[in-house]
Amino acid sequence: MNQPFQENRSSFSDATEIDCDVLVIGGGPAGCWAALEAAGAGATVVLVDKGYCGSSGATASAGTQIWYVPPDADEREAAMASREAMGGYLSERSWMVPVLDKTYESVNRLADWGYPFPVDEKGEQQRISVQGPEYMRLMRRKVKNAGITILDHHPATQLLTDGGTVVGATGLRRQEGGHWTVHSGAVVLATGGCAFMSKALGCDVLTGDGYLMGAEAGAELSGMEFSSAYAISPTFASITKTALYRFAQFYRRDHSLIEGAGSARGRSIIARVLLTEPVYARLDLAETDEVKAILRRAQPNFFVPFDRRGINPFTDFFEVKLRLEGTVRGTGGLRLTGLDCATTVPGLYAAGDNATREPICGGFTGGGSHNAAWAISTGSFAGASAASFALGKTATADVTQRQSASAISTSSVDPQAIIKAVQEEVFPLDVNYFRTHAVLSAALERLNRLWNSISSATVTDESQALQLRQAQAMTATARFMYRAALSRTESRGMHRREDFPKQDPAQHHRLVVSGLDTITVRRETIDPGVYREAAE
Amino acid sequence: MIEVLDTDTCTDCNLCVQVCPTNVFQAMPEGPPVILRQSSCQTCFMCEVYCPVDALYVDPDAEAVHGLTAEDVRESQLFGSYRKAIGWHKETRHRRNIDDHFRLPQ
Repeated sequence: MNQPFQENRSSFSDATEIDCDVLVIGGGPAGCWAALEAAGAGATVVLVDKGYCGSSGATASAGTQIWYVPPDADEREAAMASREAMGGYLSERSWMVPVLDKTYESVNRLADWGYPFPVDEKGEQQRISVQGPEYMRLMRRKVKNAGITILDHHPATQLLTDGGTVVGATGLRRQEGGHWTVHSGAVVLATGGCAFMSKALGCDVLTGDGYLMGAEAGAELSGMEFSSAYAISPTFASITKTALYRFAQFYRRDHSLIEGAGSARGRSIIARVLLTEPVYARLDLAETDEVKAILRRAQPNFFVPFDRRGINPFTDFFEVKLRLEGTVRGTGGLRLTGLDCATTVPGLYAAGDNATREPICGGFTGGGSHNAAWAISTGSFAGASAASFALGKTATADVTQRQSASAISTSSVDPQAIIKAVQEEVFPLDVNYFRTHAVLSAALERLNRLWNSISSATVTDESQALQLRQAQAMTATARFMYRAALSRTESRGMHRREDFPKQDPAQHHRLVVSGLDTITVRRETIDPGVYREAAE
Repeated sequence: MIEVLDTDTCTDCNLCVQVCPTNVFQAMPEGPPVILRQSSCQTCFMCEVYCPVDALYVDPDAEAVHGLTAEDVRESQLFGSYRKAIGWHKETRHRRNIDDHFRLPQ
C-alpha cells in the first residue's frame, strides 16, 4: 500500500523534500490514529512531530482515562447525558454517537495489538484508561510498522496552499538544521491545544501552532472562550493530574479547612482563595491502605514528586497552585464542518485538541476521558477523509507559501520576552478564570498591540525561529480566546464571567472566530438533539 | 527539571536526544550527550523512562534548578525509580498492567 516516496533526504543537504498523499502534523494520539487510518486507506503518509512521536504531547507523559462505553443503549444514553448540562448544552448527539462507536472499536483494537489492559477479578480486561508512555509507545510502533514515514523534531511552521487548497507544509529541522517541505494531497492538523508553556505535564510543546497555521490558511475556530481550564498541581512540581484530588481536602496556611473546595465543582473556591493566600492539600479522604494502594497503581506519575521530596500526600499538607491548561483541557479549537473533520479550507482537516471539542463536550471538559475519545475518533475520521480527498485529486500546480504581509519587517525580537508577555495576560486567575469585560478588554488591547509588533517579525538566528513561531502562535491563541470571551456576555461551561454570572438562554450558540490581524466573531446555532436547558 | 546525566553509567546511545519532546539534550561527536538546554525541560520524565541504563534524573521542580549531583541521586536511590514504577524495567514487567483506575471508589 505505501509506495516508495519521491524523496530527497540527505544528511549533507540542508533541506528535506518529500511528496506524499497525506501529511499529518503532530504525533500524539490524534495524529497517530489519523496516520494509521490514512495509510489503511491506501495513502502514502508522512507524520511530522515537533518533538518525538511517542513521548510528545499531553497524553504520553500524563496518561488518560478513555470514554469507552459498550454499545448498550442504556449505558450509551447515560454517557451522553452525563456532561450535557456542564457543557452548557453546546454538544450534539449526532457527534457523540459516532465518537463513542469509533472509540469503542479503536480501543478494542488497542487490546488486539497487545496493550496491557488490567484484568479484573472475573478475568475480564478493563479498558477505561491507558498509561501514557505505554499507549504512545505502542502507537508509534503501529505507525512505523504501517510504513508511515515519521519525522521527529520536525516542527511545521507554515501550510502550503494552491489557489486556496492546502497542499502540504514546510518547517524546521530542529536537530539537523535547515528546512523541510512536504507536498501532499491533504493535511491533517493534530498539533494539540495550547497551554501557554505553563509546565502542565507534557504540555510545553502545545503552543497553539495548528491554530495559527489553520487561521493563516483561512480556517475558522470555535469555542475559544472555553479556554480557562486550570489544573491543580503541587507548587513544586509539574504533575497536573487532577483525578486523585477528589480524595483531597484543601486547607489554609493555618490548616483550617476551606469549606466546599474540591477538584470538580469546588475548583473555583480554590481559585478564589488563591487570589489572596496560599492553599494546601492533603489526600486525607483516601482512608484505607487498600484505597491508597489503588491510587498508586492507577496513577504512578502522580506520586513521583511526592516520593522524590519525601512527602506523604495522604498525611502531609502540601502547597498547591492552579496551572493553566488553556485549550488542552479546555474545548476550543479549529471548527470542523462535519463528521469528516474538514475545516472550511479545502484539503485541510483537524483532529484531537487542534479541533474544537464542543461537539461532544460543549463548553466544559473535566477529566481526560472525552479528550482521549475525541483524539482517537476525530484522528481516525480526519485520516480517512484526508486520504480520500488526496487520492481523488488530480495533479497539483502552483504552490505558494504564504508570505509575511510586510517582508520589510526585520525587526529583531526576543521570543522569550513575547512568551512572557503573553503568559502575563493568560495565567492570572483574576484575568482568565474570573473574567470581566474591563479586564479582558485591557488584556486584549495589549495582546493586539503585541501581535502587531511581532506578526511579521523574523529572527536572524535559526535556533530562535521555532521559539518565535511558538510565541506568535501563543499570541494569536490568546487573542482568539479573549475576543470570544468578550463576546460571550454570560457564564456557560467553563467560561465564567464575573459581570454576567448566569447562563443566558439567548446565548445558546457557538462563537466562531476567524482572521488574524482583524479577528471577527460570528454566531453558529446548533441542534443538540435533546435540549433541556429549561429543566436546569 | 532534568538535573543529572550520570556519565559513569551512560552508554552514549543518545536515545534521550531522540525522545526528549523539547530537545533538551545535545548529542556530542564523542562521549555522552550533554544537557544543553536545561531551561527548555518541561519535567515530563519521558527521558527517564526511556533511558535503558537509568542514567538520567529529573527533579520534580519544573521551575527551579536544584544543582543535584549523580552522588545525591544515587544516595537516595532514585535513579530508575519511575521506570520501575511503570513496569518498564525488566525486573518490574508485571507492573505494566496494574492500572487500577477501574477500582477507584466512585
